[in-house]
Amino acid sequence: MSYTKLTVSALALAAVSATSAAARDNVQVAGSSTVLPYASIVAELFGENTDFPTPVVESGGSSAGLKRFCEGVGENTIDVANASRAIREKEIKACADNGVTDIIQVRIGYDGIVFASQQSGPAYDAFVPSDIFNAIGATVLVDGELVDNPHQQWADFNSDLPAADIAMFIPGTKHGTREVFEDKVLLKGCEATGTMEAMMDSGMSEDDAEDACLDVRTDGASVDIDGDYTETLARIDANPNGIGVFGLAFYENNTDKLKVTTMGGVSPSTETIASGEYPVSRPLYFYIKKAHIGVIPGLKEYAQFFTADEIAGPSGPLANYGLVADPELAKTQEMIANEVTMGSDS
Amino acid sequence: MTNASLNTGGEAPKRSLRAQDALTKRRNAAERRFKAYGMAAIAVGLFFLAVLAVSIVRSGAPAFTRTVVEVELTVSPADIDAAESQLFKTKAYQDLFVAALDRQLTNNGVEVAFDPKAIERLLGKVGSTMREFYQANPAKVGKPVKFELAAASRVDRYLNGELTRDAIQDSRFMMKTDLDLVDVMVDTGVMKSSFNWTFITGADSGVDNPGGAGIGASVVGSFFMMLVVLVLSLPIGVAASIYLEEFAPQNRFTDLIEVNISNLAAVPSIVFGILGLAVFIQFMHLPQSAPLVGGLVLTLMTLPTIIISTRASLKAVPPSIRDAALGVGASKMQSVFHHVLPLAMPGILTGTIIGLAQALGETAPLLLIGMVGFVARGYPDGVVSGFVDPNSAMPAQIYTWAARADASFYEKAWGGIIVLLAFLLTMNIIAIILRRRFERRW
Repeated sequence: MSYTKLTVSALALAAVSATSAAARDNVQVAGSSTVLPYASIVAELFGENTDFPTPVVESGGSSAGLKRFCEGVGENTIDVANASRAIREKEIKACADNGVTDIIQVRIGYDGIVFASQQSGPAYDAFVPSDIFNAIGATVLVDGELVDNPHQQWADFNSDLPAADIAMFIPGTKHGTREVFEDKVLLKGCEATGTMEAMMDSGMSEDDAEDACLDVRTDGASVDIDGDYTETLARIDANPNGIGVFGLAFYENNTDKLKVTTMGGVSPSTETIASGEYPVSRPLYFYIKKAHIGVIPGLKEYAQFFTADEIAGPSGPLANYGLVADPELAKTQEMIANEVTMGSDS
Repeated sequence: MTNASLNTGGEAPKRSLRAQDALTKRRNAAERRFKAYGMAAIAVGLFFLAVLAVSIVRSGAPAFTRTVVEVELTVSPADIDAAESQLFKTKAYQDLFVAALDRQLTNNGVEVAFDPKAIERLLGKVGSTMREFYQANPAKVGKPVKFELAAASRVDRYLNGELTRDAIQDSRFMMKTDLDLVDVMVDTGVMKSSFNWTFITGADSGVDNPGGAGIGASVVGSFFMMLVVLVLSLPIGVAASIYLEEFAPQNRFTDLIEVNISNLAAVPSIVFGILGLAVFIQFMHLPQSAPLVGGLVLTLMTLPTIIISTRASLKAVPPSIRDAALGVGASKMQSVFHHVLPLAMPGILTGTIIGLAQALGETAPLLLIGMVGFVARGYPDGVVSGFVDPNSAMPAQIYTWAARADASFYEKAWGGIIVLLAFLLTMNIIAIILRRRFERRW
């Protein structure tokens, strides 16, 4: 019994090791969970409409994806990193240290970040960034004094808001969405409430004050969600007072469960985001290793297919799912066609 | 008799044997209570099992049916050429289907007003199915063909009663007025419910196409992974335990190995995933997202389980069997392989199946080697490509679906759980049959 098994296993191992040296024939993608839905739509269509195999798209967050992207050049590294924020200087340097020098940056469109709550919950209809900051900032300004956030209900600081307990579910720090939330909501709110000025008056440097503005209270009124939007949705489902931070596309897919608030008087939609009226939005990117073009079959074609007018344009399947189309798509298409890398055009 | 003799020395008995005294009563009551506790525990267990089974079946059943739209259409060679010349070919096929449905509805004199956009909203992504059909059957071009293609996931949920008319907010995915058209199409038989074979046989689909999602490809991925685990961990595990149990000298070194094996069994599975990424992918350059690597990682995880259970069943073989074999002149190796191992086989199989079942349900280590995400290569071309081509595994597929925005994928995740349980049950039944065949009593 054991002998036959051993022979079989030895044979199987030999067969497998003989073939594992064969070249990878599919594009390998990893990165942002915000870009994942769009990338999966494109990957499926790419497999159906071309003769190349369907690319593999993994999730894991922008930072994790870029880290893997920068591990080096070669078949056992990924070809494309999805990111819901631009690559950082530090990451470009890490890439260069590992031999990944030529990177093509592709902007695929814009994504709105919306604030939504249960359909039957309190009337959270209209917010401005300072409301969010007053609700979850670690240090806020009350009667001209900087104090640890004492607010328990929304009505405590703004009588127009409902008298409901503060419960916010915000993206965790490994998400690219968190950065946008901090920049466009918390920091704006911190400035608008005068908290930042008060902090600087109390002797803080501008940088320290900015960092302090981004501190979120830790008494449970604000919860970091490290998982996907489905986790946020589940938390909102369980808490009538809860408000969650979602991507526009996710909200639009779940309008039967969620209702959205306006931000600064503008309600989020693809139109208001494209025009820039809605304040909380960010560009989405993917990054290509130029060294892999021509080595991994279908890599350039994948990028071209992704950014084609039929796919990423205003009437394509990506826009239909919730992506806000990039008005400068033609420029991106040209850049991919000429394989223009970062830094070479400036 | 004994009672009588016991009582002779002391005082005369004041109580009848038939009447229970206080102590006996207490002891009997304790026994009854214990029985009741036992039955209550079993009842609670059964209750939770029933709740689990009911909720899985109830949430997962919709995944196995789908709403289809039946349309007969003729596609001319010119249509095919026009569609094939485009970049987005499947969209062109989809448009052909929408136009045909539009014509059919108009000709039948549907009373509700509608526009082609509404039809588009009610349909799933049907273009790829049509394109595949015409590429496989070029002879059908120019002839009328009857297609039964998937409707949009929201139509499914509306007809299931999960999505009510009141809950629908007008959006580009579905308008309230579209439901009137759905009702008419159901009444006229254009739209009907059918068994969802795509779910059983298909591969993963994009997030905007829940109707095209299937678990078949990942079942194959799991199968190849289990094959790797079985072929590697059973011989290695059994050989290691036989050596340790029967041949190895008892010293500090073997003690250390034993302690370490027990500890390995308790190591969280994600640790093996990191190890797999570092050793198999980054050092040995094995392909990413491949069932082979998944199987290797899970083998590491399963080995301690198999070794521990094999050693336990080897220990359970009575020493008299070994002594008898040695006594009639068998060598140590002969006594082990001819007598001890066959007797220990049922226990070894049980341990193996527990290890495999654990490995089958594992998602965490697969996260790190690229098997979780969007992996939709479809079916492998052969045995070798089954091992090395990117594929997902059942638990990874279920995890991916559960995280998607469209509520239909949530149903698919539950449906996937049903398939996973069926796979597990099949494995267990095979193990039970094998065990029965090997079972020997002495």
